[in-house]
Amino acid sequence: MTPARLFLAQRLTALILVPLVLVHLALILVAVEGGLSAAEILDRTRGSAGWAAFYGLFVLAAATHAPIGLRNVIHEHTGWRGRSLEIAMIGLGLLLAGLGLRAVVAVVAP
Amino acid sequence: MSAEHTGTAEHTGQPSPPVETSLSVEIWRGRDQGRFETYTVPQRASQTVLDVVTWIQRHAEPALAYRFACRVGVCGSCAMTVNGRPRWTCRTHVSKVADDGRLRIEPLRNLPRIKDLAVDMTPFFEKWQRAQGRFTPTRSRADPLVAVSPDSPARKAADAGIECINCAVCYAACDVVGWDRDYLGPAALNRAWTLVNDERDGDRRGVLKAASSGGGCHSCHSHGSCVEHCPVGINPTAGIAGLKRRSLIDMLGGDLP
Repeated sequence: MTPARLFLAQRLTALILVPLVLVHLALILVAVEGGLSAAEILDRTRGSAGWAAFYGLFVLAAATHAPIGLRNVIHEHTGWRGRSLEIAMIGLGLLLAGLGLRAVVAVVAP
Repeated sequence: MSAEHTGTAEHTGQPSPPVETSLSVEIWRGRDQGRFETYTVPQRASQTVLDVVTWIQRHAEPALAYRFACRVGVCGSCAMTVNGRPRWTCRTHVSKVADDGRLRIEPLRNLPRIKDLAVDMTPFFEKWQRAQGRFTPTRSRADPLVAVSPDSPARKAADAGIECINCAVCYAACDVVGWDRDYLGPAALNRAWTLVNDERDGDRRGVLKAASSGGGCHSCHSHGSCVEHCPVGINPTAGIAGLKRRSLIDMLGGDLP
């Protein structure tokens, strides 16, 4: 992928993540302050297409955003670069997506 | 380790004003391995840092290596690190930068050292070429001149960056250049931006492609050190932002990969 495409992908996913992260953090505070139990939370999320879409998008955006940024950090601050770094970062993205989507399924699957 | 050298002004036969104050000047001697040596230099009115270095070379340290040519801020040869900041020494007044009468002068950052204050500018100019920072003509001398409107937005953008003197102060000031050996740097990308906006250039798409490929404009973090230090007041960060914008537009339009 060209640097321009990576740049665009990182900026677009950042734009997506900003509101999602804010809602996610607010949600944690509301759930904790409201004294909801895990069972009560799962009652609300299971079978919800809305929460599945919200956290599914969150995971995919984070799994795209993070490896691009980490790739730049590694490229600038270590001697690691080239094909092996690209493959490792694709692997990281797939790992984040896999773990994240697994968690989403666990929370929203009816 | 440092050594102390003391010198006096050359006797010219002309009455000269009495030297009332002096500067303590530390200068890097050697290549990568070396040391600072300290020289005591008479302070003068309207003295530049280049004047100080030249005084030391003429009166105290004939073997001191440094580079200069025009002495008037045109050629871009005399940039050095002065009290931690890259500067054009011929136009930098000692009174503006001396810290309590002390100067510490080193070679520019981010470039291979040759000896003392002289650096090898080869990587700087090689990156200039990698960014395709060269004009591609479309006409011969037999053709009439192209009429370029000075009021067009593209010409204004080009004019804003055209006065670069290739001094490499921005290249030395840039943190990304220090981190990423592939990064083309502010000067080369600024030059590319002027060409992308030059309607006479015959390969503007090629320039944009070169300037947005690996190590190009998308590696810039927009820290703005180049803007802060550019001695002629150019804003390379703005030009690089323009390259980012233009490359994304062309990419989405299918004109760039």
